[in-house]
Amino acid sequence: MSSNKMTLVTEGDTHIVVTRRFKAPPEAVYRAHTEPAIVQQWMLGPDGWTMPVCISDVRPGGKIRYEWSNGQGGGFSLTGEYVELQPFSKIVHVERMHLPDPTPDNHVETHFEPDGEGTLMTMRMTLPDAATRAAMLASGMDKGMEASYARLEEVQARALA
Amino acid sequence: MQHIDAAFFALSDPTRRAIVARLARGEATVKELAEPFAMSQPAVSRHLQVLHDAGLIVRRVEGTKRPCSLNTAGLGAIERWLAELHQALSRNYDRLDDVLAAMTPKGNPT
Repeated sequence: MSSNKMTLVTEGDTHIVVTRRFKAPPEAVYRAHTEPAIVQQWMLGPDGWTMPVCISDVRPGGKIRYEWSNGQGGGFSLTGEYVELQPFSKIVHVERMHLPDPTPDNHVETHFEPDGEGTLMTMRMTLPDAATRAAMLASGMDKGMEASYARLEEVQARALA
Repeated sequence: MQHIDAAFFALSDPTRRAIVARLARGEATVKELAEPFAMSQPAVSRHLQVLHDAGLIVRRVEGTKRPCSLNTAGLGAIERWLAELHQALSRNYDRLDDVLAAMTPKGNPT
């Protein structure tokens, strides 16, 4: 039985590779990343936030626009463009956050591979320079992900109960 | 938050990162900062201007000197942004597990 745990490793000077296993086939995980009605259910960030605007024009060159709101006047957005799409195995896109100033472009390549009855997702982020990545990692990304493992175990325990 | 893009640009240069690393140990003058690098003081001053414009350092006047120190508020903005990004990613995948469970009929032997 495969573990759901997330891993995060660095590659070269500017890459971060995140892997995560899901208990659903690649088609479902791919659709959850591309279909607005599904994306709006989970890509929400901290608890209490919603995504009132989700535009995902799923074709090469197609625009991505996500807008988040905390329901109290706070909000931020992400824009991007799809570069390459291979249903249900690969998504290549570029994204940037607007806070409101845009963050450096993050080039993201996401693969979905069959893994037993589930999916192994591998997300490879390419940041513009080593300093950006160093700053991301220095922020305690690893520590936070560890915390998410614990939450994940709880969710799974509830799902199996 | 408005300095984030400038801060990332400022930190993309190895000399400026070294200057920030030095200032993390305490305040320093242009002359002190120039010593470890094979650089003129005007060249170091130009790097300091970029760091200053990005909100990463502050300078005070002391006679003819203008010692530099880290602006912890500027560095904090980057950390806050990154912490939010990181937290969002972690929470999202936990949530996606539930969404996928609802999409995939459970208990069907395959």
